[in-house]
Amino acid sequence: MQNNVLIELNDIKKIYTVGESEVHALKGVSYSIRKGDMVAIMGPSGSGKSTMMNIIGCLDKPTAGRYILEGTEVSTFDKNQLARIRNKQIGFVFQTFNLLARTSALENTELPLLYSDVNAKTAKEMAMKSLESVGLKGRETHKTNQLSGGERQRVAIARALVNSPAVILADEPTGNLDTKTGDEIMKIFTQLNESEGITIILVTHDPEVAEFARRSIHIRDGLIERIEENGR
Amino acid sequence: MNFIKTSRVALMALARNKMRSFLTALGIIIGVGAVIAMVSIGQGAKADVEKRFDEMGSNLLFVRPGSMSFRGRHGGGGSYQTMKEADAQAILDNCDAVTYVSPNVNTRSQVIYQNKNWNSSIYGVGHSYPIIRNWDIQDGQFFSEQQVKAGQKVCILGSEVYENLFEGAPAIGQVVRIKRIPFRVLGVMEAKGETGFMSRDDVIFIPFKTAMMRLLGVDSIQSIDVSAASLDSTAEAQAQIEEVLRIRHKIAPGAEDDFNVRNMSDIAESASESTRILTILLGGIASIYLLVGGIGIMNIMLVSVTERIREIGIRMSVGAKERDILLQFLTEAIVLSLLGGILGIFLGIGSAQLISRLSPMQTVVLPSSIALAFLFSGSVGVFFGFYPARKASKLDPIDALRYE
Ligand SMILES: Nc1ncnc2c1ncn2[C@@H]1O[C@H](COP(=O)(O)OP(=O)(O)OP(=O)(O)O)[C@@H](O)[C@H]1O
Ligand SMILES: [Mg+2]
Repeated sequence: MQNNVLIELNDIKKIYTVGESEVHALKGVSYSIRKGDMVAIMGPSGSGKSTMMNIIGCLDKPTAGRYILEGTEVSTFDKNQLARIRNKQIGFVFQTFNLLARTSALENTELPLLYSDVNAKTAKEMAMKSLESVGLKGRETHKTNQLSGGERQRVAIARALVNSPAVILADEPTGNLDTKTGDEIMKIFTQLNESEGITIILVTHDPEVAEFARRSIHIRDGLIERIEENGR
Repeated sequence: MNFIKTSRVALMALARNKMRSFLTALGIIIGVGAVIAMVSIGQGAKADVEKRFDEMGSNLLFVRPGSMSFRGRHGGGGSYQTMKEADAQAILDNCDAVTYVSPNVNTRSQVIYQNKNWNSSIYGVGHSYPIIRNWDIQDGQFFSEQQVKAGQKVCILGSEVYENLFEGAPAIGQVVRIKRIPFRVLGVMEAKGETGFMSRDDVIFIPFKTAMMRLLGVDSIQSIDVSAASLDSTAEAQAQIEEVLRIRHKIAPGAEDDFNVRNMSDIAESASESTRILTILLGGIASIYLLVGGIGIMNIMLVSVTERIREIGIRMSVGAKERDILLQFLTEAIVLSLLGGILGIFLGIGSAQLISRLSPMQTVVLPSSIALAFLFSGSVGVFFGFYPARKASKLDPIDALRYE
């Protein structure tokens, strides 16, 4: 059982201090996510979804609580250790794509490998493979601004995949896309989850998008409200 | 991340924004160019001075009235009236390390030939002057010992004076007027060429006796040029001259000399010292450009960091450490200033050549000043690139990703 747990959140709290006032963004979240799961996080705006994703993604540290990733407590890690985790174990996909401007799809996909000890030739091969797996073969040399929104998001997924991370975190990945393109992106996620066994956590406002996941976690005011099984 | 990867990332980032990169480097290009060009002027002056001293011959000694150690208080060397023609003769007769002497008096005067008019230096010298100064006559001949002794009104023209008064027409045997006194032209000196800041060919030589009696109305001379028998005997010649003059001028043992003897290497040293100061001064002024260029790099790098906050956030989200970002931006700054340095070196060499072609100033670009400029521009990159790079690396990944 323990071996199957990828992410273990233990009473995670996050307090932002803005001037005099404090914002309690997370008020004690406890939850475990198994390897190979696909989870949607839902909830009203300001409920703490992104805050939770940032903590899971090691971009941020919880104010209190324990976070165990693949059996290692990472809530006590310093900046450099967190950077290493992001590089090796985590892949991000953002609502606004966050690709480097005026840079080719290939170079964008290679980016995480620049910060690991993979040599240039292997990095290129890995990035090509990754782009192929999201259906962008032949678009390697296109610059960011020469790609459509859906294609950009696929480059972002390719970049998230390239280091074979333990988990892909997608914060509103379809938020900037139309329904049809959004569906295509979600199909890529489901396919990665089903055939490659990659763990996926995504945030969405759209119940139809959440349908793609195995279960939905509903968050309200910094606490888990309920969990809904989607029967997949 | 290793060095090669960092450099690649930095180069790629620079290539993405070629215009900005060029503008950033422009300050360094101009700075390094200015330093090289300015220093080349100083070095040119130095080379010029050294060449002139070489030409004059280093077994040359100068005797002037006035004491060396009290120069300041006595109103400058040469202000005494104590040096006589007989002193020069005594030096020649009594010092066996001395082979030639030439008593000198100088003045400036208007020179007239027919309807032409020229203001020039008049040098009253002895007949040995051309040998002492290693300066040949091109046309005709220098005046003889007899002509000097007789105080004849004869003259030798410097090539510039000749050009201006005669414009290529034969001059020998013609009569020019110096202060209304007619002088017969015996010859024209070889051109020494325009060098540095003044021409050495704008001069007329006449017998020193004639100059003393007819032009100046004095019975003292201003200086004595002495030629030692050889380079090795200059020190000996100097000692002998001092001994002879102390006796002749009745200077008690321990008392201050009323003259001083200087040899060429002393003079060459102080002259090259002053060109060295000139070089430092010019280089210092130009370094200010380099400093401004460095501040320019810092400025644009800071703007660039703000502009690229998103990029920094993206890099951090995929695992770039603080150190990676710091090194990337630092490398960008260093690469920019080194590239700027290289272009600046070309600009500097080009300007130096242009200066020596378009002005009388001679310029010399030394390999050492190129190396120094290159090194300096690299340091400018490190120094002024560090603050923006550090600022970039200290960004928080979430804030950076959210930055609009
Ligand atoms: N850096 C910050 N400083 C201060 N307060 C913050 C910060 N980030 C988030 N918050 C606050 O924490 C709360 C949760 O924010 P969070 O971004 O997690 O919401 P969210 O569920 O992702 O909302 P949305 O659906 O609009 O993206 C909000 O009240 C927000 O104002
Ligand atoms: Mg959010």
